[in-house]
Amino acid sequence: MLGYALQRFLVLAATLAVASFVVFGVIEILPGNAAETILGASATPETVAALAHKLGLDQPFALRYWHWASGALSGDLGLSYAYGSPIGPLIAERLAVSAPLAAMAMAIAATLALLGGVYAAGQRGKTGDVAVMAASQVGLAIPNFWLALVLVLIFAVHWRLAPAGGFPGWSAGIGPCLAALILPAIALGVVQAAVLARVTRSALVETLNEDFIRTARAKGLSRGATLWRHALPNAMTPILTIMGLRFADLLAGAIVVENVFVLPGLGRLIVQSIGNRDALVVEDCVMLIAVTVIAINFLVDLACAAIDPRLRTRET
Amino acid sequence: MSETGARRMRRGGLSLPLGAALAALLIGAAALSLVWTPYPPAALDIPHKLAEPSLAHWLGSDSLGRDILSEILAGARVSILVGVIAVAIGLGLGVALGLLAAARGGLLDQAIMKLSDFAFAFPALLWAILLTSTYGPGVVNAIAAIGVANAPIFARLTRATAKGALASDYVLAARAAGRGSLAIIFDHVLPNIAPALIVQATIQFAIAILAEAALSYLGLGAQPPLVSWGRMLADAQNWMYMAPRLAIFPGLAVALSVFGLNLLGDGLRDALDPKLRARR
Repeated sequence: MLGYALQRFLVLAATLAVASFVVFGVIEILPGNAAETILGASATPETVAALAHKLGLDQPFALRYWHWASGALSGDLGLSYAYGSPIGPLIAERLAVSAPLAAMAMAIAATLALLGGVYAAGQRGKTGDVAVMAASQVGLAIPNFWLALVLVLIFAVHWRLAPAGGFPGWSAGIGPCLAALILPAIALGVVQAAVLARVTRSALVETLNEDFIRTARAKGLSRGATLWRHALPNAMTPILTIMGLRFADLLAGAIVVENVFVLPGLGRLIVQSIGNRDALVVEDCVMLIAVTVIAINFLVDLACAAIDPRLRTRET
Repeated sequence: MSETGARRMRRGGLSLPLGAALAALLIGAAALSLVWTPYPPAALDIPHKLAEPSLAHWLGSDSLGRDILSEILAGARVSILVGVIAVAIGLGLGVALGLLAAARGGLLDQAIMKLSDFAFAFPALLWAILLTSTYGPGVVNAIAAIGVANAPIFARLTRATAKGALASDYVLAARAAGRGSLAIIFDHVLPNIAPALIVQATIQFAIAILAEAALSYLGLGAQPPLVSWGRMLADAQNWMYMAPRLAIFPGLAVALSVFGLNLLGDGLRDALDPKLRARR
């Protein structure tokens, strides 16, 4: 297991290096630069060149990449052009909203998906199965930010049960903060649940055809107990893997949903920074999201290997 | 234990016509908007702003008096434009890389697959955000971003299906008959992997529509005077208390289009490729 973990860690490091190169490079290899974007079309070449010099854009690519990457590794994410302050603390402040939001959304998604998927697999081919799968087909089609708007219409505008947006700050206590996060988390979670319920169902259906399930039933275990205690643990590897992969989508969705609810999270910072033409903040935020996704998938790999020893040897 | 064939036929049989009908509705709306809309979609009519649905404005009018039905019809154009080009970019890049990986194997194969593994950490929205942060928002950047995000999905699918085709007896026979690699790819491999690609293209089309709506909602996609469902929803949000119905119709348009395309993909999968169906 330790050897496997070490090997996955090397892959993780390599992936992170490629990711940083992509995030930094995608902006650099294409024509135009940040100074032109900041100053707009009416700027003279001289002012563009002056700002480019001030931002360090006239240095060679490799040198700038080195400054950015080595700075990020030592916790220095650079200076925000628009806020005039270090980007690290700026992002940390926003993470206090985005991280709990993502965790809540994933918890909602996982709960709904497991309940729906296990139920559908148990009812395979019957009305219950068709109903859950139809519901998930609808869930797949609904844009998360539209679901967010509809939730605002129902729970904030019509019933006035939850705030329509904004965030009171953690100093206001846990209750109001969770109330501010619950609708966004539902909007994000329900859409992910639609995907994951389908995965859960098909992984379970495959497992249910195995011999050990027949053995469990033959020794007198109930259908429910067989499903939850024997089938689900064995079907967990593909479910966890897809959950890890979908996390990227969930974080990207959070960028949009945070803007619906005017939550001061990472997503709002990204969109504001695009508006402010603050490319370095955007780069750092996107890199952070990529790092989170890659790290989560690393943990998922380890969890899968812990659950299923066969994976430790099969992996290249 | 397994699903009965009849049930599967019935379900597959329902997805295909329903999905095709909804997709036809989307294309029909876009085509109709090219020749006719009740009002010019961008025409302001401030005196009649926020009108309730009526005979004059079937779905009502928005905060600047624009006719919602006209905007929805015209919005279908942007959705289709983004979907078609983004899927074409994804198909072009992905199929080329996937075929290369399948045909060459070895290090090149591994490199391409590792790259596409890694690309899953970057959904279309993140690519779009990266691009717009340097080049400013716009529908072209949105299309490029969604297209690039599509490429690894098609690359994986192409590689997996093409490997099977390349190992088949008919390819061996073609090779024995002296056909060149390119001829084999075009005459034997591509026709055999096409059904899987068509199914995936339908689903990526739906995902592209969702991504475009999200980007335009954020103000990073289609810019005025282009009408986009995502932008309509962003406008609607300012009037949630006075005219909540503004937020309903554009969202329904997105959801119905995506729902239809997903169903179409599922239906096509059942109709075109019995092997995929068995694996499900």
